[in-house]
Amino acid sequence: MSILSKSASELASMLAKKEISSVELTKAQLGNIDKLNPKINSYLTVTHELALSQAKQVDDLRAKGESLPALAGVPIAVKDNLATIGIATTAGSRILQGWVPPYDATVVKKILANRMPILGKTNLDEFAMGSSTENSAYGPSLNPWDLTRTPGGSGGGSSSAVASMQAPLAIGSDTGGSIRFPAAVTGTVGVKPTYGAVSRYGLIALGSSLDQIGPVTRNVMDAAMLQDAIAGHDAMDATSLPESLGSMTEAAKNDSVKGLRIGIIKELTGEGFQAGVSEKFNEALELLVAAGAEVVEVSCPSFQYAIAAYYLIQPAEASSNLARFDSVRFGLRVMPEGAATVEKVMSATREAGFGQEVKRRIMLGTYALSSGYYDAYYGSAQKVRTLIQADLAKAFEKADVLVSPTAPTTAFKLGEKQEDPLAMYLNDIATIPANLAGIPGMSLPVGLAKEDNLPVGAQFLAPAREDARLYKVGAVLEKLLETKWSKKMMDFAPELQVS
Amino acid sequence: MTEITPELVRHLAGLARIEVSEAEVAQFASQLALIVDSVATVQAIANDDIKATSHPIAMSNVFREDVVTPSLTQTQALSGAPESDSGRFKVSAILDED
Repeated sequence: MSILSKSASELASMLAKKEISSVELTKAQLGNIDKLNPKINSYLTVTHELALSQAKQVDDLRAKGESLPALAGVPIAVKDNLATIGIATTAGSRILQGWVPPYDATVVKKILANRMPILGKTNLDEFAMGSSTENSAYGPSLNPWDLTRTPGGSGGGSSSAVASMQAPLAIGSDTGGSIRFPAAVTGTVGVKPTYGAVSRYGLIALGSSLDQIGPVTRNVMDAAMLQDAIAGHDAMDATSLPESLGSMTEAAKNDSVKGLRIGIIKELTGEGFQAGVSEKFNEALELLVAAGAEVVEVSCPSFQYAIAAYYLIQPAEASSNLARFDSVRFGLRVMPEGAATVEKVMSATREAGFGQEVKRRIMLGTYALSSGYYDAYYGSAQKVRTLIQADLAKAFEKADVLVSPTAPTTAFKLGEKQEDPLAMYLNDIATIPANLAGIPGMSLPVGLAKEDNLPVGAQFLAPAREDARLYKVGAVLEKLLETKWSKKMMDFAPELQVS
Repeated sequence: MTEITPELVRHLAGLARIEVSEAEVAQFASQLALIVDSVATVQAIANDDIKATSHPIAMSNVFREDVVTPSLTQTQALSGAPESDSGRFKVSAILDED
Protein backbone atom coordinates (compact mmCIF):
# COMPACT_ATOMS: atom_id res chain seq x y z
CA MET A 1 0.00 0.00 0.00
CA SER A 2 1.26 3.43 -0.91
CA ILE A 3 2.33 5.71 1.89
CA LEU A 4 -0.18 8.25 0.58
CA SER A 5 -3.23 6.14 1.35
CA LYS A 6 -2.21 5.31 4.92
CA SER A 7 -4.25 6.78 7.72
CA ALA A 8 -2.86 9.49 9.98
CA SER A 9 -2.79 7.12 12.94
CA GLU A 10 -0.79 4.55 10.94
CA LEU A 11 1.58 7.30 9.78
CA ALA A 12 1.97 8.59 13.32
CA SER A 13 3.02 5.17 14.51
CA MET A 14 5.45 4.69 11.57
CA LEU A 15 6.97 8.09 12.33
CA ALA A 16 7.31 7.25 16.03
CA LYS A 17 9.08 3.99 15.13
CA LYS A 18 11.28 5.91 12.66
CA GLU A 19 10.14 3.66 9.79
CA ILE A 20 9.65 6.81 7.78
CA SER A 21 10.68 10.44 8.23
CA SER A 22 8.34 13.39 8.15
CA VAL A 23 10.39 14.87 5.30
CA GLU A 24 9.91 11.72 3.17
CA LEU A 25 6.21 11.67 3.94
CA THR A 26 5.73 15.39 3.32
CA LYS A 27 7.66 15.18 0.03
CA ALA A 28 5.44 12.32 -1.11
CA GLN A 29 2.33 14.30 -0.19
CA LEU A 30 3.56 17.41 -1.99
CA GLY A 31 4.38 15.30 -5.05
CA ASN A 32 0.84 14.00 -5.18
CA ILE A 33 -0.53 17.53 -4.72
CA ASP A 34 1.61 18.77 -7.63
CA LYS A 35 0.18 15.96 -9.75
CA LEU A 36 -3.50 16.20 -8.78
CA ASN A 37 -4.17 19.73 -7.65
CA PRO A 38 -3.99 21.39 -11.09
CA LYS A 39 -6.98 19.20 -12.02
CA ILE A 40 -8.94 18.89 -8.77
CA ASN A 41 -8.28 22.38 -7.34
CA SER A 42 -8.33 21.29 -3.70
CA TYR A 43 -5.67 23.78 -2.65
CA LEU A 44 -5.64 27.52 -3.27
CA THR A 45 -2.10 27.78 -1.89
CA VAL A 46 0.46 25.00 -1.56
CA THR A 47 3.22 25.75 0.95
CA HIS A 48 6.04 23.48 -0.29
CA GLU A 49 8.96 25.11 1.48
CA LEU A 50 7.18 25.77 4.74
CA ALA A 51 5.88 22.19 4.94
CA LEU A 52 9.32 20.73 4.27
CA SER A 53 11.05 22.98 6.80
CA GLN A 54 8.46 22.05 9.45
CA ALA A 55 8.93 18.37 8.57
CA LYS A 56 12.70 18.73 8.88
CA GLN A 57 12.32 20.34 12.31
CA VAL A 58 10.19 17.52 13.64
CA ASP A 59 12.59 14.91 12.24
CA ASP A 60 15.49 16.69 13.97
CA LEU A 61 13.62 16.78 17.27
CA ARG A 62 12.80 13.10 16.95
CA ALA A 63 16.41 12.26 16.17
CA LYS A 64 17.37 14.02 19.41
CA GLY A 65 14.97 11.77 21.27
CA GLU A 66 12.55 14.54 22.29
CA SER A 67 9.09 13.48 23.33
CA LEU A 68 6.61 14.58 20.67
CA PRO A 69 2.80 14.91 20.36
CA ALA A 70 0.86 11.98 18.87
CA LEU A 71 0.47 13.47 15.38
CA ALA A 72 3.93 15.07 15.17
CA GLY A 73 5.23 14.88 11.62
CA VAL A 74 1.89 14.04 10.01
CA PRO A 75 1.13 16.71 7.39
CA ILE A 76 -2.20 18.50 7.27
CA ALA A 77 -4.24 20.80 5.02
CA VAL A 78 -5.99 23.87 6.43
CA LYS A 79 -9.18 25.46 5.08
CA ASP A 80 -8.45 28.88 3.66
CA ASN A 81 -10.73 30.72 6.08
CA LEU A 82 -8.27 30.26 8.95
CA ALA A 83 -5.66 32.96 9.45
CA THR A 84 -2.06 31.81 8.94
CA ILE A 85 0.95 34.07 9.50
CA GLY A 86 2.84 34.56 6.26
CA ILE A 87 0.47 32.42 4.15
CA ALA A 88 -2.14 34.07 1.92
CA THR A 89 -5.64 33.66 3.36
CA THR A 90 -8.51 34.38 0.97
CA ALA A 91 -11.65 32.72 2.37
CA GLY A 92 -12.34 31.94 -1.30
CA SER A 93 -13.08 35.62 -1.94
CA ARG A 94 -11.66 38.19 -4.32
CA ILE A 95 -11.96 40.80 -1.57
CA LEU A 96 -9.14 39.08 0.34
CA GLN A 97 -6.98 38.16 -2.66
CA GLY A 98 -3.34 38.42 -1.62
CA TRP A 99 -4.06 39.13 2.07
CA VAL A 100 -1.31 37.73 4.29
CA PRO A 101 -2.44 37.64 7.94
CA PRO A 102 -0.17 39.03 10.66
CA TYR A 103 -1.51 36.45 13.15
CA ASP A 104 -2.34 32.75 13.43
CA ALA A 105 -5.75 31.30 14.26
CA THR A 106 -5.66 29.40 17.56
CA VAL A 107 -6.24 26.14 15.68
CA VAL A 108 -3.26 26.90 13.44
CA LYS A 109 -1.14 27.60 16.52
CA LYS A 110 -2.20 24.24 17.92
CA ILE A 111 -1.34 22.46 14.67
CA LEU A 112 2.10 24.03 14.77
CA ALA A 113 2.50 23.16 18.46
CA ASN A 114 1.59 19.57 17.53
CA ARG A 115 4.43 19.75 14.99
CA MET A 116 2.22 18.96 12.01
CA PRO A 117 3.61 20.30 8.71
CA ILE A 118 1.06 22.52 6.89
CA LEU A 119 0.73 21.47 3.23
CA GLY A 120 -1.38 24.44 2.18
CA LYS A 121 -4.72 26.18 2.29
CA THR A 122 -7.81 24.52 0.85
CA ASN A 123 -10.57 25.86 -1.38
CA LEU A 124 -14.03 26.79 -0.15
CA ASP A 125 -17.18 28.55 -1.21
CA GLU A 126 -16.64 32.28 -0.72
CA PHE A 127 -16.68 32.94 3.05
CA ALA A 128 -17.97 29.36 3.42
CA MET A 129 -21.31 30.30 1.88
CA GLY A 130 -22.34 27.34 -0.24
CA SER A 131 -22.59 23.57 -0.55
CA SER A 132 -20.47 22.88 -3.62
CA THR A 133 -17.35 25.16 -3.77
CA GLU A 134 -18.89 26.67 -6.90
CA ASN A 135 -19.11 30.00 -5.05
CA SER A 136 -15.31 30.13 -4.68
CA ALA A 137 -13.80 33.09 -6.54
CA TYR A 138 -11.00 30.71 -7.55
CA GLY A 139 -13.07 28.03 -9.30
CA PRO A 140 -14.69 24.87 -7.89
CA SER A 141 -12.92 21.82 -6.51
CA LEU A 142 -13.80 18.51 -8.17
CA ASN A 143 -15.00 15.31 -6.54
CA PRO A 144 -12.30 12.60 -6.87
CA TRP A 145 -15.02 9.93 -7.19
CA ASP A 146 -16.41 11.62 -10.32
CA LEU A 147 -14.70 14.70 -11.67
CA THR A 148 -17.95 16.10 -13.09
CA ARG A 149 -19.43 16.35 -9.60
CA THR A 150 -19.04 18.55 -6.54
CA PRO A 151 -16.97 17.44 -3.52
CA GLY A 152 -19.57 19.27 -1.41
CA GLY A 153 -19.22 22.61 0.27
CA SER A 154 -18.24 24.77 1.69
CA GLY A 155 -15.23 22.61 2.62
CA GLY A 156 -14.88 20.86 -0.74
CA GLY A 157 -11.18 21.72 -0.87
CA SER A 158 -10.50 19.83 2.34
CA SER A 159 -12.80 16.90 1.50
CA SER A 160 -11.40 16.45 -2.02
CA ALA A 161 -7.82 16.74 -0.74
CA VAL A 162 -8.34 14.02 1.86
CA ALA A 163 -10.34 11.80 -0.52
CA SER A 164 -7.67 12.02 -3.26
CA MET A 165 -4.71 11.37 -0.95
CA GLN A 166 -3.48 14.96 -1.26
CA ALA A 167 -3.47 15.06 2.56
CA PRO A 168 -4.05 12.50 5.29
CA LEU A 169 -5.84 15.09 7.43
CA ALA A 170 -7.53 18.44 6.93
CA ILE A 171 -9.20 21.14 8.95
CA GLY A 172 -12.72 22.24 8.08
CA SER A 173 -15.29 24.64 9.47
CA ASP A 174 -18.98 23.84 9.78
CA THR A 175 -21.69 26.51 9.99
CA GLY A 176 -24.58 24.52 8.53
CA GLY A 177 -22.87 21.34 7.33
CA SER A 178 -19.68 22.54 5.64
CA ILE A 179 -17.62 19.71 7.16
CA ARG A 180 -20.26 16.97 7.19
CA PHE A 181 -21.83 17.39 3.74
CA PRO A 182 -18.46 17.36 1.91
CA ALA A 183 -17.47 14.32 3.98
CA ALA A 184 -20.65 12.47 2.99
CA VAL A 185 -20.22 13.04 -0.74
CA THR A 186 -16.50 12.16 -0.82
CA GLY A 187 -16.55 9.02 1.36
CA THR A 188 -14.58 10.69 4.14
CA VAL A 189 -15.18 11.28 7.85
CA GLY A 190 -16.14 14.78 9.01
CA VAL A 191 -16.90 15.96 12.52
CA LYS A 192 -18.48 19.16 13.78
CA PRO A 193 -17.62 19.24 17.49
CA THR A 194 -19.85 20.79 20.16
CA TYR A 195 -20.08 24.56 19.72
CA GLY A 196 -17.21 26.04 21.70
CA ALA A 197 -15.14 22.84 21.91
CA VAL A 198 -12.62 24.24 19.41
CA SER A 199 -11.60 27.90 19.46
CA ARG A 200 -12.94 30.08 16.66
CA TYR A 201 -10.24 32.73 17.13
CA GLY A 202 -8.75 33.45 13.72
CA LEU A 203 -11.54 31.72 11.79
CA ILE A 204 -12.97 34.28 9.37
CA ALA A 205 -16.46 34.49 10.83
CA LEU A 206 -19.57 33.51 8.88
CA GLY A 207 -22.29 32.93 11.48
CA SER A 208 -20.66 33.41 14.87
CA SER A 209 -23.32 31.52 16.86
CA LEU A 210 -23.11 28.58 14.41
CA ASP A 211 -19.47 28.28 13.27
CA GLN A 212 -17.34 25.43 14.58
CA ILE A 213 -13.98 24.09 13.40
CA GLY A 214 -13.46 20.34 13.11
CA PRO A 215 -11.56 17.43 11.53
CA VAL A 216 -11.78 16.03 7.99
CA THR A 217 -10.18 12.58 7.73
CA ARG A 218 -10.33 9.11 6.18
CA ASN A 219 -11.28 7.26 9.36
CA VAL A 220 -12.76 7.70 12.82
CA MET A 221 -9.54 7.31 14.82
CA ASP A 222 -7.82 9.99 12.74
CA ALA A 223 -10.70 12.37 13.38
CA ALA A 224 -10.51 11.64 17.11
CA MET A 225 -6.77 12.31 17.25
CA LEU A 226 -7.18 15.54 15.30
CA GLN A 227 -10.05 16.76 17.47
CA ASP A 228 -7.93 16.09 20.55
CA ALA A 229 -5.10 18.09 18.97
CA ILE A 230 -7.17 21.19 18.22
CA ALA A 231 -9.75 21.27 21.05
CA GLY A 232 -9.53 23.11 24.33
CA HIS A 233 -10.34 26.36 26.07
CA ASP A 234 -9.04 29.59 24.57
CA ALA A 235 -9.24 32.94 26.32
CA MET A 236 -9.26 34.60 22.87
CA ASP A 237 -12.72 33.18 22.14
CA ALA A 238 -15.41 34.22 24.63
CA THR A 239 -17.63 31.33 23.48
CA SER A 240 -14.92 28.74 24.09
CA LEU A 241 -16.04 26.03 26.56
CA PRO A 242 -14.05 26.22 29.79
CA GLU A 243 -14.18 22.47 30.45
CA SER A 244 -12.45 19.61 28.63
CA LEU A 245 -14.67 17.13 26.80
CA GLY A 246 -12.28 14.25 27.49
CA SER A 247 -10.18 12.16 25.12
CA MET A 248 -11.77 11.41 21.74
CA THR A 249 -8.83 9.11 20.97
CA GLU A 250 -9.85 6.93 23.94
CA ALA A 251 -13.50 7.01 22.82
CA ALA A 252 -12.49 5.86 19.31
CA LYS A 253 -10.96 2.70 20.82
CA ASN A 254 -14.44 1.54 21.81
CA ASP A 255 -15.45 -1.85 20.41
CA SER A 256 -19.00 -2.38 21.58
CA VAL A 257 -22.42 -0.85 20.97
CA LYS A 258 -24.28 -3.34 23.19
CA GLY A 259 -27.21 -1.56 24.79
CA LEU A 260 -26.54 1.71 22.94
CA ARG A 261 -29.83 3.42 22.14
CA ILE A 262 -29.86 4.84 18.61
CA GLY A 263 -32.68 7.21 17.70
CA ILE A 264 -33.71 7.41 14.06
CA ILE A 265 -34.99 10.89 13.33
CA LYS A 266 -38.35 10.37 11.64
CA GLU A 267 -38.29 13.74 9.87
CA LEU A 268 -34.90 13.03 8.28
CA THR A 269 -35.52 9.64 6.70
CA GLY A 270 -37.59 8.20 3.92
CA GLU A 271 -39.35 10.66 1.65
CA GLY A 272 -37.09 13.13 -0.10
CA PHE A 273 -34.00 10.93 0.28
CA GLN A 274 -32.43 9.17 -2.71
CA ALA A 275 -33.29 5.45 -2.67
CA GLY A 276 -29.66 4.32 -2.69
CA VAL A 277 -28.89 6.68 0.18
CA SER A 278 -31.72 5.26 2.29
CA GLU A 279 -30.68 1.71 1.42
CA LYS A 280 -27.07 2.12 2.57
CA PHE A 281 -28.22 4.01 5.65
CA ASN A 282 -30.59 1.19 6.62
CA GLU A 283 -27.92 -1.47 6.03
CA ALA A 284 -25.61 0.39 8.40
CA LEU A 285 -28.32 0.47 11.05
CA GLU A 286 -28.90 -3.27 10.64
CA LEU A 287 -25.22 -3.90 11.33
CA LEU A 288 -25.43 -1.86 14.53
CA VAL A 289 -28.56 -3.70 15.62
CA ALA A 290 -26.91 -7.06 14.92
CA ALA A 291 -24.02 -5.88 17.13
CA GLY A 292 -26.39 -5.25 20.03
CA ALA A 293 -27.55 -1.66 19.61
CA GLU A 294 -31.17 -0.81 20.16
CA VAL A 295 -32.99 1.33 17.60
CA VAL A 296 -35.84 3.64 18.52
CA GLU A 297 -37.71 6.18 16.43
CA VAL A 298 -37.66 9.80 17.59
CA SER A 299 -39.53 12.78 16.24
CA CYS A 300 -38.30 16.36 15.91
CA PRO A 301 -41.22 18.21 14.29
CA SER A 302 -39.46 21.59 14.53
CA PHE A 303 -36.82 20.38 12.06
CA GLN A 304 -39.17 21.30 9.20
CA TYR A 305 -38.45 24.94 10.08
CA ALA A 306 -34.69 24.48 10.52
CA ILE A 307 -33.59 25.57 7.04
CA ALA A 308 -35.84 28.62 7.16
CA ALA A 309 -34.51 29.63 10.59
CA TYR A 310 -30.94 29.00 9.47
CA TYR A 311 -31.28 31.16 6.36
CA LEU A 312 -32.37 34.04 8.56
CA ILE A 313 -29.89 33.67 11.42
CA GLN A 314 -26.82 32.89 9.33
CA PRO A 315 -27.26 35.71 6.77
CA ALA A 316 -28.09 38.10 9.63
CA GLU A 317 -24.86 37.22 11.43
CA ALA A 318 -22.92 37.20 8.15
CA SER A 319 -24.18 40.64 7.15
CA SER A 320 -22.75 41.96 10.38
CA ASN A 321 -19.51 39.92 10.29
CA LEU A 322 -18.72 40.86 6.69
CA ALA A 323 -19.02 44.57 7.46
CA ARG A 324 -15.32 44.39 8.38
CA PHE A 325 -14.43 44.13 4.68
CA ASP A 326 -14.48 47.87 4.27
CA SER A 327 -11.45 48.60 2.05
CA VAL A 328 -9.65 50.27 4.96
CA ARG A 329 -7.68 47.79 7.07
CA PHE A 330 -7.07 44.84 4.77
CA GLY A 331 -8.00 43.37 1.43
CA LEU A 332 -9.14 44.93 -1.80
CA ARG A 333 -9.68 48.65 -2.39
CA VAL A 334 -11.41 49.79 -5.57
CA MET A 335 -11.33 53.51 -6.35
CA PRO A 336 -14.36 54.71 -8.31
CA GLU A 337 -13.84 57.38 -10.94
CA GLY A 338 -13.78 61.02 -9.90
CA ALA A 339 -13.78 62.43 -6.38
CA ALA A 340 -14.85 59.66 -4.06
CA THR A 341 -15.77 59.59 -0.40
CA VAL A 342 -14.71 56.67 1.77
CA GLU A 343 -18.29 55.42 1.61
CA LYS A 344 -18.26 55.32 -2.19
CA VAL A 345 -14.92 53.51 -2.11
CA MET A 346 -16.41 50.94 0.26
CA SER A 347 -19.44 50.35 -1.97
CA ALA A 348 -17.33 50.04 -5.10
CA THR A 349 -14.92 47.68 -3.33
CA ARG A 350 -17.66 45.44 -1.97
CA GLU A 351 -19.38 45.40 -5.39
CA ALA A 352 -16.16 44.21 -7.04
CA GLY A 353 -14.91 42.00 -4.21
CA PHE A 354 -17.96 39.95 -3.26
CA GLY A 355 -19.61 37.27 -5.41
CA GLN A 356 -23.34 36.87 -6.05
CA GLU A 357 -24.16 34.49 -3.19
CA VAL A 358 -22.34 36.64 -0.65
CA LYS A 359 -24.18 39.75 -1.82
CA ARG A 360 -27.49 37.88 -1.70
CA ARG A 361 -26.93 36.73 1.85
CA ILE A 362 -25.68 40.11 3.08
CA MET A 363 -28.82 41.74 1.68
CA LEU A 364 -31.07 39.02 3.08
CA GLY A 365 -29.44 39.42 6.50
CA THR A 366 -29.72 43.19 6.31
CA TYR A 367 -33.42 42.78 5.52
CA ALA A 368 -34.00 40.31 8.38
CA LEU A 369 -32.36 42.67 10.86
CA SER A 370 -33.90 45.91 9.62
CA SER A 371 -36.32 47.81 11.80
CA GLY A 372 -39.92 46.74 11.27
CA TYR A 373 -38.88 43.24 10.12
CA TYR A 374 -36.62 42.19 12.99
CA ASP A 375 -39.29 40.50 15.15
CA ALA A 376 -41.02 38.78 12.25
CA TYR A 377 -37.83 37.32 10.78
CA TYR A 378 -34.76 37.23 13.01
CA GLY A 379 -36.81 37.11 16.20
CA SER A 380 -38.98 34.26 14.94
CA ALA A 381 -35.94 32.34 13.74
CA GLN A 382 -34.41 32.53 17.21
CA LYS A 383 -37.60 31.06 18.63
CA VAL A 384 -37.35 28.15 16.19
CA ARG A 385 -33.89 27.61 17.61
CA THR A 386 -35.44 27.16 21.07
CA LEU A 387 -37.95 24.65 19.67
CA ILE A 388 -35.21 22.65 17.95
CA GLN A 389 -33.23 22.47 21.18
CA ALA A 390 -36.37 21.33 23.02
CA ASP A 391 -37.13 18.60 20.43
CA LEU A 392 -33.54 17.38 20.63
CA ALA A 393 -33.59 17.33 24.43
CA LYS A 394 -36.70 15.14 24.30
CA ALA A 395 -35.15 12.87 21.67
CA PHE A 396 -32.02 12.43 23.78
CA GLU A 397 -34.14 11.19 26.66
CA LYS A 398 -35.04 8.19 24.49
CA ALA A 399 -31.70 7.72 22.71
CA ASP A 400 -27.97 8.12 23.38
CA VAL A 401 -27.22 9.19 19.82
CA LEU A 402 -29.47 10.22 16.93
CA VAL A 403 -28.94 9.16 13.35
CA SER A 404 -30.01 10.08 9.81
CA PRO A 405 -28.41 10.15 6.38
CA THR A 406 -26.02 13.13 6.24
CA ALA A 407 -27.51 14.40 2.99
CA PRO A 408 -30.59 13.63 0.88
CA THR A 409 -28.51 12.69 -2.20
CA THR A 410 -25.05 11.68 -3.29
CA ALA A 411 -22.75 14.26 -4.93
CA PHE A 412 -24.59 16.33 -7.51
CA LYS A 413 -23.20 17.54 -10.84
CA LEU A 414 -21.28 20.80 -10.93
CA GLY A 415 -23.61 23.46 -12.30
CA GLU A 416 -26.75 21.49 -11.48
CA LYS A 417 -27.99 23.76 -8.65
CA GLN A 418 -25.96 26.89 -9.26
CA GLU A 419 -28.88 28.91 -10.66
CA ASP A 420 -31.30 27.90 -7.92
CA PRO A 421 -30.24 29.10 -4.44
CA LEU A 422 -33.19 27.43 -2.69
CA ALA A 423 -32.43 24.01 -4.17
CA MET A 424 -28.80 24.44 -3.05
CA TYR A 425 -29.89 25.28 0.50
CA LEU A 426 -31.83 21.98 0.78
CA ASN A 427 -28.62 19.90 0.74
CA ASP A 428 -28.13 20.89 4.36
CA ILE A 429 -31.52 19.78 5.64
CA ALA A 430 -30.05 17.10 7.91
CA THR A 431 -26.92 18.95 9.02
CA ILE A 432 -28.33 22.38 9.96
CA PRO A 433 -30.20 21.39 13.16
CA ALA A 434 -26.90 20.51 14.91
CA ASN A 435 -25.54 24.01 14.28
CA LEU A 436 -28.70 25.70 15.47
CA ALA A 437 -28.61 23.60 18.65
CA GLY A 438 -24.82 23.68 19.18
CA ILE A 439 -24.57 19.88 19.39
CA PRO A 440 -21.83 17.70 17.85
CA GLY A 441 -22.31 15.72 14.64
CA MET A 442 -20.26 13.21 12.66
CA SER A 443 -20.63 12.07 9.06
CA LEU A 444 -19.33 8.58 8.41
CA PRO A 445 -19.20 6.80 5.01
CA VAL A 446 -21.55 3.79 4.84
CA GLY A 447 -21.07 2.60 1.26
CA LEU A 448 -21.98 3.46 -2.32
CA ALA A 449 -25.48 4.21 -3.62
CA LYS A 450 -26.67 1.63 -6.14
CA GLU A 451 -27.88 4.26 -8.66
CA ASP A 452 -24.58 6.04 -9.17
CA ASN A 453 -21.85 4.21 -7.24
CA LEU A 454 -21.16 7.34 -5.22
CA PRO A 455 -20.46 7.59 -1.47
CA VAL A 456 -23.27 7.82 1.08
CA GLY A 457 -22.81 9.28 4.57
CA ALA A 458 -24.62 8.56 7.81
CA GLN A 459 -24.78 11.31 10.38
CA PHE A 460 -24.66 10.73 14.12
CA LEU A 461 -25.65 13.44 16.57
CA ALA A 462 -25.02 13.56 20.32
CA PRO A 463 -25.98 15.98 23.10
CA ALA A 464 -23.77 19.02 23.65
CA ARG A 465 -20.39 18.11 25.21
CA GLU A 466 -20.95 14.39 24.46
CA ASP A 467 -18.73 14.30 21.37
CA ALA A 468 -17.16 11.09 22.69
CA ARG A 469 -20.39 9.20 21.95
CA LEU A 470 -19.96 9.96 18.23
CA TYR A 471 -16.49 8.46 18.22
CA LYS A 472 -17.66 5.43 20.19
CA VAL A 473 -20.46 4.54 17.78
CA GLY A 474 -18.50 5.69 14.71
CA ALA A 475 -15.52 3.47 15.51
CA VAL A 476 -17.71 0.40 15.90
CA LEU A 477 -19.76 1.02 12.75
CA GLU A 478 -16.61 1.65 10.73
CA LYS A 479 -15.17 -1.68 11.87
CA LEU A 480 -18.44 -3.53 11.13
CA LEU A 481 -18.57 -2.07 7.63
CA GLU A 482 -14.92 -2.81 6.86
CA THR A 483 -15.42 -6.39 8.00
CA LYS A 484 -18.50 -6.73 5.79
CA TRP A 485 -16.73 -5.22 2.75
CA SER A 486 -13.34 -6.84 3.49
CA LYS A 487 -11.88 -3.46 2.59
CA LYS A 488 -11.90 0.20 3.49
CA MET A 489 -14.22 2.82 2.03
CA MET A 490 -11.42 4.47 0.04
CA ASP A 491 -10.56 1.14 -1.60
CA PHE A 492 -13.79 1.51 -3.59
CA ALA A 493 -12.63 4.83 -5.09
CA PRO A 494 -11.93 4.74 -8.83
CA GLU A 495 -8.45 5.27 -10.21
CA LEU A 496 -8.08 9.01 -10.78
CA GLN A 497 -7.76 9.95 -14.43
CA VAL A 498 -5.73 13.12 -14.53
CA SER A 499 -3.78 14.26 -17.51
CA MET B 1 -45.74 36.40 -2.15
CA THR B 2 -43.54 38.91 -0.35
CA GLU B 3 -42.91 41.93 -2.50
CA ILE B 4 -39.28 42.89 -2.76
CA THR B 5 -39.35 46.07 -4.84
CA PRO B 6 -36.39 47.47 -6.76
CA GLU B 7 -36.45 50.41 -4.31
CA LEU B 8 -36.11 48.02 -1.36
CA VAL B 9 -33.17 46.21 -3.02
CA ARG B 10 -31.45 49.56 -3.61
CA HIS B 11 -32.13 50.53 0.00
CA LEU B 12 -30.71 47.24 1.35
CA ALA B 13 -27.68 47.46 -0.93
CA GLY B 14 -27.13 51.01 0.33
CA LEU B 15 -27.30 49.90 3.96
CA ALA B 16 -24.89 47.06 3.18
CA ARG B 17 -22.55 49.39 1.25
CA ILE B 18 -22.70 47.35 -1.94
CA GLU B 19 -23.04 49.11 -5.27
CA VAL B 20 -25.57 47.35 -7.53
CA SER B 21 -26.26 47.67 -11.23
CA GLU B 22 -29.82 47.89 -12.57
CA ALA B 23 -29.54 44.31 -13.85
CA GLU B 24 -28.50 43.14 -10.39
CA VAL B 25 -31.37 45.02 -8.76
CA ALA B 26 -33.88 43.13 -10.89
CA GLN B 27 -32.15 39.80 -10.31
CA PHE B 28 -31.82 40.24 -6.53
CA ALA B 29 -35.43 41.44 -6.26
CA SER B 30 -36.81 38.23 -7.74
CA GLN B 31 -34.34 35.93 -5.92
CA LEU B 32 -34.80 37.61 -2.55
CA ALA B 33 -38.59 37.48 -2.91
CA LEU B 34 -38.42 33.70 -3.32
CA ILE B 35 -36.01 33.27 -0.43
CA VAL B 36 -37.93 35.59 1.90
CA ASP B 37 -41.15 33.72 1.14
CA SER B 38 -39.45 30.48 2.05
CA VAL B 39 -37.80 31.68 5.27
CA ALA B 40 -40.95 33.53 6.39
CA THR B 41 -42.41 30.12 7.28
CA VAL B 42 -40.68 30.47 10.69
CA GLN B 43 -43.52 32.83 11.62
CA ALA B 44 -45.95 29.90 11.48
CA ILE B 45 -44.74 28.39 14.77
CA ALA B 46 -43.03 31.28 16.53
CA ASN B 47 -45.44 32.64 19.13
CA ASP B 48 -45.13 34.92 22.16
CA ASP B 49 -44.78 32.00 24.59
CA ILE B 50 -41.50 30.80 23.10
CA LYS B 51 -38.27 32.32 24.33
CA ALA B 52 -35.67 33.33 21.74
CA THR B 53 -32.29 31.57 21.69
CA SER B 54 -29.42 33.71 20.47
CA HIS B 55 -26.61 31.45 21.53
CA PRO B 56 -26.62 27.65 21.38
CA ILE B 57 -24.74 27.07 24.62
CA ALA B 58 -25.71 29.56 27.28
CA MET B 59 -22.76 31.33 28.86
CA SER B 60 -22.70 34.56 30.78
CA ASN B 61 -20.11 36.80 32.38
CA VAL B 62 -17.12 35.41 30.54
CA PHE B 63 -14.20 37.21 32.13
CA ARG B 64 -10.45 37.03 31.91
CA GLU B 65 -7.70 38.68 33.92
CA ASP B 66 -7.22 42.27 32.84
CA VAL B 67 -3.54 42.03 31.99
CA VAL B 68 -1.61 43.52 29.13
CA THR B 69 -0.25 40.87 26.76
CA PRO B 70 1.83 41.29 23.61
CA SER B 71 -0.22 42.21 20.55
CA LEU B 72 0.42 43.18 16.94
CA THR B 73 2.95 45.92 16.30
CA GLN B 74 1.81 48.97 14.38
CA THR B 75 3.66 47.70 11.30
CA GLN B 76 1.99 44.29 11.55
CA ALA B 77 -1.43 45.83 12.03
CA LEU B 78 -0.94 48.00 8.95
CA SER B 79 0.62 45.23 6.87
CA GLY B 80 -2.63 44.41 5.03
CA ALA B 81 -3.88 47.95 4.59
CA PRO B 82 -4.46 49.11 1.00
CA GLU B 83 -2.98 52.47 1.96
CA SER B 84 -1.31 53.83 5.09
CA ASP B 85 0.51 57.00 6.10
CA SER B 86 2.61 57.82 9.16
CA GLY B 87 1.56 54.67 10.97
CA ARG B 88 -2.14 55.14 10.28
CA PHE B 89 -4.75 53.74 7.91
CA LYS B 90 -5.34 56.15 5.04
CA VAL B 91 -8.80 56.61 3.56
CA SER B 92 -10.56 58.95 1.15
CA ALA B 93 -12.50 61.95 2.40
CA ILE B 94 -15.14 61.07 4.98
CA LEU B 95 -17.48 63.90 3.95
CA ASP B 96 -18.76 64.77 0.50
CA GLU B 97 -17.51 68.08 -0.80
CA ASP B 98 -21.01 69.34 -1.52
